[in-house]
Amino acid sequence: MTARTTSEEAVPSEGGTISRGGTSRRAALGRSPVTVTFALLIGLTVAALLRSGSTAITGQALLTGLIAGGVYSLLAMGLSLIFGVLDIVNFAHGAFLGVGLFVTYEVAHQTGLNPYIALPVAIVGLFVLGALIQLLLLNRTIGGSLERQLLITLGLSLLISNVLLLAFGGDPLSANLTSDPGVHVFGAVANLSRVIAFGAALVLAVLLYVLLERTSFGRAIRAVAASRQGAGLVGIDVRLVYVVTFGLGTACAGAAGMLIAPFTTITPTAGDQFNILAFVVVVMGGLGNVTGALVSGLIVGLVEQLGGVAIAGQSPLLGVFILFLLILLIRPQGIFGAKAP
Amino acid sequence: MLEVDNIAAGYGKLQILHDMSFHVGEGELVSVVGANGAGKTTTLRVISGLIDALSGQVRYDGEKLTGLRPHQIVRHGIVQVSEDRDLFGPMTVEENLILGAWTRSSSGAAAELERVFELFPILRERRRQAAQTMSGGQQQMLAIGRALMAKPRLLMLDEPSTGLSPKLTWDVLKAAQEIRDSGVSVLLVEQNAAQALAIADRAYVLESGTVALEGSGPELAGDERVKKAYLGL
Repeated sequence: MTARTTSEEAVPSEGGTISRGGTSRRAALGRSPVTVTFALLIGLTVAALLRSGSTAITGQALLTGLIAGGVYSLLAMGLSLIFGVLDIVNFAHGAFLGVGLFVTYEVAHQTGLNPYIALPVAIVGLFVLGALIQLLLLNRTIGGSLERQLLITLGLSLLISNVLLLAFGGDPLSANLTSDPGVHVFGAVANLSRVIAFGAALVLAVLLYVLLERTSFGRAIRAVAASRQGAGLVGIDVRLVYVVTFGLGTACAGAAGMLIAPFTTITPTAGDQFNILAFVVVVMGGLGNVTGALVSGLIVGLVEQLGGVAIAGQSPLLGVFILFLLILLIRPQGIFGAKAP
Repeated sequence: MLEVDNIAAGYGKLQILHDMSFHVGEGELVSVVGANGAGKTTTLRVISGLIDALSGQVRYDGEKLTGLRPHQIVRHGIVQVSEDRDLFGPMTVEENLILGAWTRSSSGAAAELERVFELFPILRERRRQAAQTMSGGQQQMLAIGRALMAKPRLLMLDEPSTGLSPKLTWDVLKAAQEIRDSGVSVLLVEQNAAQALAIADRAYVLESGTVALEGSGPELAGDERVKKAYLGL
């Protein structure tokens, strides 16, 4: 087979222009929202400082916010992955986190051991649960209308909460550590369980990132996200990728549930509030953008805590929702731009 | 080796193909031409398993393909390049090509990558570039290159000239001939009848979802009815 010199000559300049155009547009649109977001975070920190008049309180809010954000990141990465690859708006994500809470409670109480031994159980268990739901329910709706999948996940969310209510009752449960000392970080204090949750969530988030970016199955997942038909035409079993991806997404929720279990009041509807938070993070990071969700989770955690100090006497979520509205109005594609998991 | 027998197919209530039959032999370049809506693309989609046939059979080396899913058909050595190319836009040229070899071992893929880069040197130059930032011609070459990575025995090209200049169209069609010369059977669907017939070993003319005429490429190119209806002569 010979080289085709004519097409070589004709094409490079054309392609070069397109790629240059793309880069400069990214630079113009992409950098500024990130800068604005960080300016906003600094502004909030200053506002919190002025309002409280105390570096200790502000420092504490920064630490608490960052640590809470780590779990939001992990939770939202799973949700964003599911949206990016399957185009499913998964309203059951918070409920899966709830299952993770109860798995932790059950494992800790049956074995009498440290709740953290439930982490692998929650990850594997929720992976299997998610994979089965995709295999038995959602794979049947492929090619159907988006409302169908949306309603199925909404129904699943109600079903899961009520099954948990039936099995465990409505009384609040706990899976506390036997000893949960405070850890000092730059003058602020956080409970050991929260520090562990932050660290473990970030490690799992990085593992998920490596799986997607550095393994061949991860490449296949990204291929399905980019073009479902193209993936089928190169021989990728798209339905299998769907099953594994939904499983990975729910495993993220399960792991997040386990990690927050030691400092969370465990009730059948405890996951619901995280549903909304996770959606805020996903939209902020760009729908389907897994890396964006990782960074946005930390931002939402910080805004929640700093906002709580700066605008005292309200739910800490107020600041988060103001930011969410601003993003929807000004930059609906999210801070980190296009859909690219 | 590929036999399409009495296929009927369509979308919902709209039936496009009626009793469609044709075959592609080993090492042949077969062109399928016809007007818009004649059923060219639908035929390829049935063979690839992207849509199901209502009746009839597709056989490959005597084995029944109808009812298999797209990824299983690729494993039989039949690979389609669709009209809208279906590239993995945000991913690099190299990643697109490596994914093309999904059904093969990684050692075989490395050798195949070299051959694709030889056929389309521009792809080597742009291996780190995102597929969606390339021009239409380059994207078509990438789509064909990606299909070749699977080391197909039958390559199906759906309207490769779409969106290309006449010059680039000719380059792509010449590439199809080279691919045929390397021993891969090629099934080419084209609206651009004159060029498709010129390079074909054999060709079929489709009308309203069924084969209206068949013959060798030059034969059909010389046929009065074809000249009138498709070549504008």
